[in-house]
Amino acid sequence: MEIPIKVTVNGEVYEHRVEPRMLLVTFLREVLGLTGTHVGCDTSSCGACTILMDGKAVKSCTLLAVQADGAELLTMEGLARNGELHPIQEGFWREHGLQCGFCTPGMIMAAYQLLEENASPDEKEIRRALEGNYCRCTGYHNIVKSVQYAAKKINR
Amino acid sequence: MYPAPFEYHRARSVDEALSLLSQYGEAAKLIAGGHSLLPMMKLRLATPAHVIDIRTIQGLQYIEDRGDYIAIGAGTPHAMIEQSELLRAKMPLLSQAAAVIGDPQIRNMGTIGGSLAHADPAADYPAAVLAAEAQLVATGESGERVIPVEEFFVDLFQTDLDEREILTEIRVPAISENTRCAYRKFPHPASRFAVVGCAAVVTMENNRCSDVRIAFTGVASTAFRDTGVEDALKAQPLTSQSIEKAAALAAENDELEIMEDHFATEDYRRHLAKVFARRTLNQIASAF
Ligand SMILES: Cc1cc2nc3c(=O)[nH]c(=O)nc-3n(C[C@H](O)[C@H](O)[C@H](O)COP(=O)(O)OP(=O)(O)OC[C@H]3O[C@@H](n4cnc5c(N)ncnc54)[C@H](O)[C@@H]3O)c2cc1C
Ligand code: FES
Ligand code: FES
Repeated sequence: MEIPIKVTVNGEVYEHRVEPRMLLVTFLREVLGLTGTHVGCDTSSCGACTILMDGKAVKSCTLLAVQADGAELLTMEGLARNGELHPIQEGFWREHGLQCGFCTPGMIMAAYQLLEENASPDEKEIRRALEGNYCRCTGYHNIVKSVQYAAKKINR
Repeated sequence: MYPAPFEYHRARSVDEALSLLSQYGEAAKLIAGGHSLLPMMKLRLATPAHVIDIRTIQGLQYIEDRGDYIAIGAGTPHAMIEQSELLRAKMPLLSQAAAVIGDPQIRNMGTIGGSLAHADPAADYPAAVLAAEAQLVATGESGERVIPVEEFFVDLFQTDLDEREILTEIRVPAISENTRCAYRKFPHPASRFAVVGCAAVVTMENNRCSDVRIAFTGVASTAFRDTGVEDALKAQPLTSQSIEKAAALAAENDELEIMEDHFATEDYRRHLAKVFARRTLNQIASAF
C-alpha cells in the first residue's frame, strides 16, 4: 500500500505517495529526477549515495523513502547557488579531485558535513570523515586537497 | 535491490510501538537506524510484513547523568555517543567503541539499541557494555525490566529480549578517578566490523589492579568476558610484563567455541584476541 510522504529537498517541498519499500535513493533519482545522487554498491559500503538528512551525512541506499518523511534533505543539486559552484565543488574542479566522477557527489556531501562541523580539518580528520566513501579511480590524495581548498575558501 | 513488500508504521511513542508489536506479533519488526535490518531486508534474509519505525520517537535519544550511572536512550545514534562530553568524562569506553563503528554515515544512522538488540557477533558495543557492566532496560506492555548485561547476549543474533519488548535504555556505571578504559579492534578490511575487538576497564589501587574487566567481540557467537585474562591481572601491577602474561591467556577457555570463516581461522582469531588484549591493556597502562 502506498503511503503519502512529504520531504524538503534542497529547499523545495515535495509530496508524493510511495511504496514503503522504496529506497530513498530511488525516490530521489527516479521519482524526483535528481540523478546527482549515485548508486554504487547498493549495500551501504561505497558512499556514492551520500546525502544530508537533517544536516547529517547518510547513505540513501540504506534508508527507506518513508523514513525520510518530514525530513530536510540536501543533495548535490542543492549546492551551487545562482550558477556559482559551492566551494567544495570548486575545490574538486581546481584540485582535480575526480577522475571518472562517479564517487564525487558522495564525497562532496560527506565533506559538506565535515566542514559544517569542523571549519579547518587537518588531513587526518578529512580522511576519517571520508572513510565511508570509496573512489575506485583511487584519487584520494587529490580528494583530500580538494577539501582543503574548500576549507580555505570558506574560511576566507 | 528492493526489500519484499511490507506495511510501514511510524510509532510516535514507546507505548504506540508496543501496541503495534502486540497487534502484529511475529510478522512485525522494529526499525531504528535500519543499518542492520535494511541490508537484511534487501537480501530478503528478513521479510517482515510490518515494519514499525521507532527512530523518530521523542525521548529515546538522550545521554543523561544519573549520578551513579549514565543513562543512554536506546535510540541514541553512534555519532552522539562518540561525541558525548558526558560519556567521555564519565564512561569513555562507550565513546571509544562508538568511534570505530563503520564510518561517519553509519554512525549517523545506527543506534546503540539497534546494535545491542541485533547482537551481531562482530559488533563493537557488545564488548563495551559487557566490560562496562551495563544494565539494559527492556520495556514491555507490563512495564520495565532491568537486564544485567551478562544475561543479555544469548547466542548468535539472539538476546534475552522478548519479541514484544523494546530495549529502551542502557545504563553504564560511571568510572572512578583511578579507573581507565580502552577499546581496540581489528576491523575487517571490507565490512569494518570487528574480526576481534577487545574492551577493557581497569581500576588501580596502591599500584595494583583491584578490578579488571575484559570482554571480547568477534571471537565467538556472542561477546564474552574473559575471566582467564582478568584473574591473571588481579592484584598485579600493570606493567608490560604482567600484561604480556595475562594477554597470552586470552581466548583459551576450553568451553569457548571460536568462530571460523574465510577471513580468519580459529587459530588466527585466538591469536588476534591475545594481540588485542595486549594492545588494549597497554593503552590503559599508558593512560594512568
Ligand atoms: C556498512 C556497514 C558497516 C557497519 N560496521 C559496523 C561496525 O564496524 N561495528 C558495528 O558494531 N556495527 C557496524 N554496523 C552495524 C551498525 O552499527 C548498525 O547500525 C547497528 O548494528 C544496528 O543499529 P540500527 O539502529 O541501525 O538497528 P536496525 O537495523 O534498525 O535494527 C536492528 C535489529 O534490532 C531491532 N531493534 C532495533 N532497535 C530496537 C530496540 N530499541 N529494541 C528492540 N529491538 C530493536 C530491529 O527490530 C532489528 O531486528 C555496520 C553497518 C553497515 C551497514
Ligand atoms: S550505493 Fe549507497 S553506499 Fe554504495
Ligand atoms: S573518480 Fe572515479 S570513482 Fe572516484
